[in-house]
Amino acid sequence: MLVIGAGGAGLRAAVEALKQDVKVLIVTKSLLGKAHTVMAEGGIAASLGNMDKEDNWKVHFADTYVEGVYLGDWRFSEKLAKDAPARVLELEEYGALFDRNTDGKILQRAFGAHTYRRLCHVGDKTGLELIRTLQDKVIHSNASFLEEIMITKIISDGRKVKGAIGLDLKTGEFYSISAKGIVLASGGLGRIYKVTSNSWESTGDGLSLAFEAGAELMDLEMVQFHPTGMIWPPAIRGLLVTEGVRGDGGLLYNTKGERFMLRYSPQKKELDARDVVARSIYREIMEGRGTEHGGVYLDISYKGAKFILEKLPSMYMQYKEFSGVDITKEKMEVAPTTHYHMGGIKVDAETNQTVVSGLFAAGEAATGLHGANRLGGNSLADLLVFGKRTGEEAAKFVKNAKLSRIDDSEASAEVDRVLSFLQVKDPVNPYEVFEKLRETMSSNVGIWRNEEGLNKALAEIAELKKLGKRVGVSGSTKFNPGLVTALEVQGLLNIAEMLVTAARERKESRGAHYRQDYPDLKKEWRKNIVFTRKEDGSFSMRFDPVPELPPELKALLSKEEQENV
Amino acid sequence: MSDKVTISIKRSDPSKGEAPHFVDYEVPTQEGMVVLDAVHYIENNIDPTLSVRWNCKAARCGSCSAEVNGLPRLMCKTRVDKMGSKISIEPMRAYPVVKDLVTNVSHNWEIAKRIPPFTPKPGLPKPWKMAAIDITRSKEFRTCIECFLCQDVCHVIREHESNYLGPKHMVKVAALDMHPLDSIDRAGFLHTDGGVGFCNITKCCQNVCPEGIHITDNAIIPEKERVVNEFYDPIGILLHRRKKK
Ligand SMILES: Cc1cc2nc3c(=O)[nH]c(=O)nc-3n(C[C@H](O)[C@H](O)[C@H](O)COP(=O)(O)OP(=O)(O)OC[C@H]3O[C@@H](n4cnc5c(N)ncnc54)[C@H](O)[C@@H]3O)c2cc1C
Ligand code: SF4
Ligand code: SF4
Ligand code: FES
Repeated sequence: MLVIGAGGAGLRAAVEALKQDVKVLIVTKSLLGKAHTVMAEGGIAASLGNMDKEDNWKVHFADTYVEGVYLGDWRFSEKLAKDAPARVLELEEYGALFDRNTDGKILQRAFGAHTYRRLCHVGDKTGLELIRTLQDKVIHSNASFLEEIMITKIISDGRKVKGAIGLDLKTGEFYSISAKGIVLASGGLGRIYKVTSNSWESTGDGLSLAFEAGAELMDLEMVQFHPTGMIWPPAIRGLLVTEGVRGDGGLLYNTKGERFMLRYSPQKKELDARDVVARSIYREIMEGRGTEHGGVYLDISYKGAKFILEKLPSMYMQYKEFSGVDITKEKMEVAPTTHYHMGGIKVDAETNQTVVSGLFAAGEAATGLHGANRLGGNSLADLLVFGKRTGEEAAKFVKNAKLSRIDDSEASAEVDRVLSFLQVKDPVNPYEVFEKLRETMSSNVGIWRNEEGLNKALAEIAELKKLGKRVGVSGSTKFNPGLVTALEVQGLLNIAEMLVTAARERKESRGAHYRQDYPDLKKEWRKNIVFTRKEDGSFSMRFDPVPELPPELKALLSKEEQENV
Repeated sequence: MSDKVTISIKRSDPSKGEAPHFVDYEVPTQEGMVVLDAVHYIENNIDPTLSVRWNCKAARCGSCSAEVNGLPRLMCKTRVDKMGSKISIEPMRAYPVVKDLVTNVSHNWEIAKRIPPFTPKPGLPKPWKMAAIDITRSKEFRTCIECFLCQDVCHVIREHESNYLGPKHMVKVAALDMHPLDSIDRAGFLHTDGGVGFCNITKCCQNVCPEGIHITDNAIIPEKERVVNEFYDPIGILLHRRKKK
């Protein structure tokens, strides 16, 4: 079994598969322990009820489903809410050391749109603890892992996987890895935008790998903009300011000193869902009540230095080192930043398998759980819950599957494709294409979208695709960042085209997708937009109705919410 | 601040027999720019084959370790305006170079495998309970981002001649030993396989840790004391006595 990606989802899947005694190989584009998950700050959502006894899986389910604006698949959100507490306690038994409450139980913090205090955390370094714990498990197991291997192709016959081809960045050599089953846990695509909280490797590789292999993509238009990213100085623009700041009491102000969230969301205020807070901040800035750098203020200083240093050490360091601001005394300047992709690879709700037999997906790369908006803390919970489930299902599959080896001809065709980037005459610089793509995504497919902007983005992407054909780099295959970018950009252009197409198609506003020209939620749009690859490599689009909620789950929603589904 | 800076990078490709040599690049500066930004500028605009390892650009992942003006630093956490008008960047010295600024740090996994893993006390009632105060010591060590800068400056590691784990791994051992519900004693391991006797508490590691972990004071010395109590390590005995006075 091949696991692509060593973030929380990939590692958790590997740990589970190992329990079933299957042979596991983990490959990662970065070093083990460095995956994007390491950056996660605020916590893992699980209804342990350690702080608020009233909490239980039903409330967690309803919060997740409603804030996803009825676009998620209940089969995922139900599993998430039910399994998360056990997965967190299990992680603790694997060695993770969570912050404690006065009863000695796991401390849980408040987070946006979670009814109760629900996020189990380790200061503001929860992702680090999660990754280390799982990484230790893997190191002390008989799993093999290969670091700094970039998978460039998944080989399948369109119906069944055979394995994958990868480039070893350290040596410049290629691997042909035949596998009975593959778990894709390759993370998100935040770097398709100019301002993002995401790390280097979040370039959506997994989405194009899966699509090219015959899998379907869904909800691509649903991109989460986190309300609070750093904005000054320019070099660090986009760096995340954890929601934990607001969870622990941080307040938002405009330059008039007005606590504007009272106006936009009198009930939930600063702790409303991310799309609501991000749009509110954006509106303040667009209407001229923002700072000179184009942000608003976030203030936690009134909580005092002791509290801040204990609860938010990374935030303190981040502002001190990068902007010279002492957040125990001064306000932070913040603006929205691209953060998370709710859309991704469509998988079966029981097995996390794609329509390609033997190809599974989990974590941010997969879709179906979060709908139109993801709640904070639900991603780490997703990694644990569906990482485990996927590992289990994939292992079961592998035990009954037969290995079909990758043909030499298939392998060499892919090697030739990769090498061709080194032989382009008069090459176009891949960074140039990447930057232009990010530019157009940020200006036209951001928090506020409209027909005109989306059309413009599509036209520009079409131009960039032409330019993309001439992309090339000098040097060798060994640790050549230009070559890596060239490969990433090819995939991203296709994904961007589908993403923007879906955003143009969805003529309504729902969750993270906000259309200035269609500002209302429309019931008839309670559909998922699904993309399938056609024989010639182009895509076709389909609209699937969202699976109907069974009555017992529907009953968990309020009367008003029941109207909407 | 001047609007340009000279970045001098030690480049090499050992597999091609290319010897290490410094190449100078002129880079325009921007407010708040960090050294990693300057390296990216070169990569994106001057030479896309320049190899550098990075991931988060937020001082979270520990990928971008290098020696900046001879100081072991995270490139993404080192501001250009604090380093002068000519900045040299070299790969970490304790590890073999893969290419340019990228080194092979995989040996650390072999060391990590040797450390006895977390082993909870048997039969604990579930869910586990721990007092907040009891986890504070272990928590300090869990902020380690595995940047290996402490390993890089440790003379014992640089000399490659002992079985000493090195400071990063001592931090790991301490994180496990100080977990309130862990059940095993790693003193025996440290004394023999861990080679802890080779550390002569120079504190060089502690001074470079970007996470500010008190590696020597809070991890190594207490661990050495445990070893002393069981195995009489000479440096440790001295320490132990001094402390007792
Ligand atoms: C700053 C920040 C803070 C966050 N805080 C929280 C939080 O508090 N709570 C929460 O729930 N969520 C949080 N999130 C979201 C969450 O961290 C991510 O969604 C989650 O970590 C994704 O995990 P993953 O396992 O799916 O993928 P990732 O962690 O992104 O890992 C992807 C893996 O795939 C590998 N890979 C990618 N492409 C290839 C390829 N072509 N070949 C080989 N390998 C490849 C990568 O090397 C990596 O190992 C945060 C996100 C950010 C950016
Ligand atoms: S204190 Fe010990 S571990 Fe740290 S640098 Fe000195 S010899 Fe190495
Ligand atoms: S202890 Fe500090 S210096 Fe050493 S690897 Fe960890 S974070 Fe880096
Ligand atoms: S890039 Fe992650 S620590 Fe510098």
